[in-house]
Amino acid sequence: MEIVINGTPHQVAKNLSLDRAVSLVSQAPTGIAAAVNGEVVRRTSWPSIVLSAGDEVEVLTAVQGG
Amino acid sequence: MGIQIGPAGSREADVSEWLADDPLVLGGQKFGSRLIMGTGGAPSLDVLGRALTAAGTELTTVAIRRVDPTSSGSVLDVVAERGIRLLPNTAGCFTAAEAVRTARLAAEALGTSWVKLEVIADEVTLLPDPVELLDAAEQLVSDGFTVLPYTNDDPVLARRLEQAGCAAVMPLGAPIGSGLGIRNPHNIELMVQAASVPVILDAGIGTASDAALAMELGCAAVLLATAVTRARDPELMAAAMRSAVIAGRLAYRAGRIPKRRYALASSPPVTG
Repeated sequence: MEIVINGTPHQVAKNLSLDRAVSLVSQAPTGIAAAVNGEVVRRTSWPSIVLSAGDEVEVLTAVQGG
Repeated sequence: MGIQIGPAGSREADVSEWLADDPLVLGGQKFGSRLIMGTGGAPSLDVLGRALTAAGTELTTVAIRRVDPTSSGSVLDVVAERGIRLLPNTAGCFTAAEAVRTARLAAEALGTSWVKLEVIADEVTLLPDPVELLDAAEQLVSDGFTVLPYTNDDPVLARRLEQAGCAAVMPLGAPIGSGLGIRNPHNIELMVQAASVPVILDAGIGTASDAALAMELGCAAVLLATAVTRARDPELMAAAMRSAVIAGRLAYRAGRIPKRRYALASSPPVTG
């Protein structure tokens, strides 16, 4: 199935969990956050969130600014 | 390293002596430094790190963006190595909804409930949108965030933000990155007089005298980034800003003399 991670389409296995999706763009153990279709998901819940085709995943971190 | 003053042989006074009992209290936390230096605009993480150290800052801002798998090194490491507390911002948000979501993502990523709330109106001026700002502030306060809003230099809006439960108000001196200094010092003074939360001058600082003026007007702290990170020598400018904020704070506490229209002799009249 196809999902979108940070604006880029990815072909992934069906029923991919959020923690696996996040690991496609970052292996950082801390300092990152994720949202699915605009909803923030706590890190502890990532393994239990099963993604569906078309889901939009955002993976964010801190950068220089302000 | 303190700043030594006084001629040799006199009482060796160190500026730190006058600062020890005067911490910045923000959101229930104490800070020895009243200079909050942001991380934006530095040419490299190495330069940023040296400037942060020279600034002596204990609180620094970061922005929240999509991860870049190709980037090496993280601003988080530079900040953590120095034991500096993180203040994520909501830079780039145009609506209350975007800002609230960004604050929640920042809290999740960084484990802090503090946020520098920025809701800007457009890309040209980067001025705060007061309606969206107040809306976002109310939502985040009710969510339990410690909200530090970047606001216009409007004493009425500042009052509304304070009433909404913000932990400080952070008026601009001039637009972000402009280096134009404090364009309306009278409004900043009005905000300081009326507010019972810290007023932090945020944005517009160009050089050390601007930072000193902010403190002389009674601001509790100065937040700046560009004036240091885009200076020819960021580390040196950071040291200058550190001294300026201290000087301005001491001058504010000391109480400036009233301005007069005519001279007042400082030496006694000649007699005999």
